[in-house]
Amino acid sequence: MRKTRALFALAVVGVLGLTACGGPASGTAAGTSSSSSAGDLSGTLTVFAAASLTDVFGDLGDQLMTGNPGLEVQLNFAGSSALATQLTQGAPADVFAAANEEQMAVVTDADLQAADPAVFTRNALEIAVPKGNPGGVTGLADFADPDLTVAVCAADVPCGAAAAAVFADAGVTAQPDTEEEDVKAALTKVQLGEVDAALVYATDVQAAGDDVEGIPFPEAEQEVNDYPICVLEAAPNPEAARAFVDLVRSDAGQRALTDAGFRAP
Amino acid sequence: MRARGNGGVPLPLLVPAALAVAFLVLPLAGLVVRAPWSTIGPQLAQQEVGQALRLSLLSATLATGVSLLLGVPLAWVLARSRIRGRSVLRALVTVPLVLPPVVGGVALFLVIGRTGILGRPLYEHLGVTVPFTTAAVVIAETFVAMPFLVISVEGALRAADARFEDAAATLGADRWTTFRRVTLPLVAPGIAAGAVLCWARALGEFGATITFAGNFPGTTQTMPLAVYLALQRDPEAAIVLSLVLLAVSLGTLLLLRDRWLGRGPGQGVAA
Repeated sequence: MRKTRALFALAVVGVLGLTACGGPASGTAAGTSSSSSAGDLSGTLTVFAAASLTDVFGDLGDQLMTGNPGLEVQLNFAGSSALATQLTQGAPADVFAAANEEQMAVVTDADLQAADPAVFTRNALEIAVPKGNPGGVTGLADFADPDLTVAVCAADVPCGAAAAAVFADAGVTAQPDTEEEDVKAALTKVQLGEVDAALVYATDVQAAGDDVEGIPFPEAEQEVNDYPICVLEAAPNPEAARAFVDLVRSDAGQRALTDAGFRAP
Repeated sequence: MRARGNGGVPLPLLVPAALAVAFLVLPLAGLVVRAPWSTIGPQLAQQEVGQALRLSLLSATLATGVSLLLGVPLAWVLARSRIRGRSVLRALVTVPLVLPPVVGGVALFLVIGRTGILGRPLYEHLGVTVPFTTAAVVIAETFVAMPFLVISVEGALRAADARFEDAAATLGADRWTTFRRVTLPLVAPGIAAGAVLCWARALGEFGATITFAGNFPGTTQTMPLAVYLALQRDPEAAIVLSLVLLAVSLGTLLLLRDRWLGRGPGQGVAA
């Protein structure tokens, strides 16, 4: 699912890139608030970002391309740990945005950053249940109920690390039926109605729309993930990379993030 | 056909063949070279590794068994029967070959998932759910791997001399007897080769399994899933796991090859 999503995103970005280059009038078409750049960026900008940022970064990438007709933004969304591994194995990218500081540390430990990462947003966990809540889930304790089918993220990815932490805080011994490889995979199982509940980010619940209902729980407040972002040392397009990071941290970027359910850093 | 130090292989074949070997073998050599040999012992001693390996071997073998039971008859239908729309049927049943496995996993949800077409009555009346069980692993692997067996066996059937079957028929054997006593022994090497291909594909299956069966150590976490998740945390552990899977699958295939296919390249089959 993740791969197809990434490919789809790439295809969409590619098409948008083409249309942006297509007409001389397209630069002024949107007139949006991409104030951070004067429209002279060009080339390709490659952003590696946590799966939970899919919607917001897609929009911000479009915004940057609209303001800079010569620029093509390629977004690669996946579990932060998969991205961190790809980066340490030499994947060419300009920007890395992770869903927690541990995965950013994998990259900074390898000295791949151009400047120190900055936390640009935060995200808390929420319980996602299929529409109508068929399992009658009310809180975190239901994850210990062996009669319910529940999904969590694998402990190796940030949402799984956060899940393990909230279970520990709450003293709940979770009995998951599956440990998903990233947060979007966990959410997909809820959207398909195949699990009674999954522990995902609040932003994922919001992005899923009507198919999914969210149940906030108090323990989530103790384990809020910080999302760091940085420009990479080996960035082929450092100028565009800085512009993208500036856009994410600008008022417009922060507004897009809070609209999607993220919290201010 | 004169051998000149290169085993009688003409140069235009030798060069691309050598490139093919390099292309296929170098990545494996990379795994071996980069493996953390000093820590390989403790890595292997982890309980999850044994669990995942056992589950992989079990589920791939079961998937191959199911594929043999259902796939060989299907291959016969495709190769020998005169039912209408055979080519459409062939195209349909080989769709899993081109379908991205994750899509296959989602498709399985839609049919035998808890809210699926067949899965919903199963769940509502009998309380049975298929996803996230070892059975789901076998189903996902069978879905992806069976077409390999079907294609191989169908090819073997088409290549086999149909006159043996005709002879059996003229001697009074009915079609079922002919199938059992003549056709099956005739294409046994093809079936064996198809089964090996099917087993290997099932063993390496990732996308449909992680989608439809999920990932849980002991019930649904096969070796490819364990490798993928290890890669997120510790690439060296992933290399070790990959090597284990590689060694076990190579060992099994070589062993089977000696026992089943050890009679050389000819299709020397006693009917």
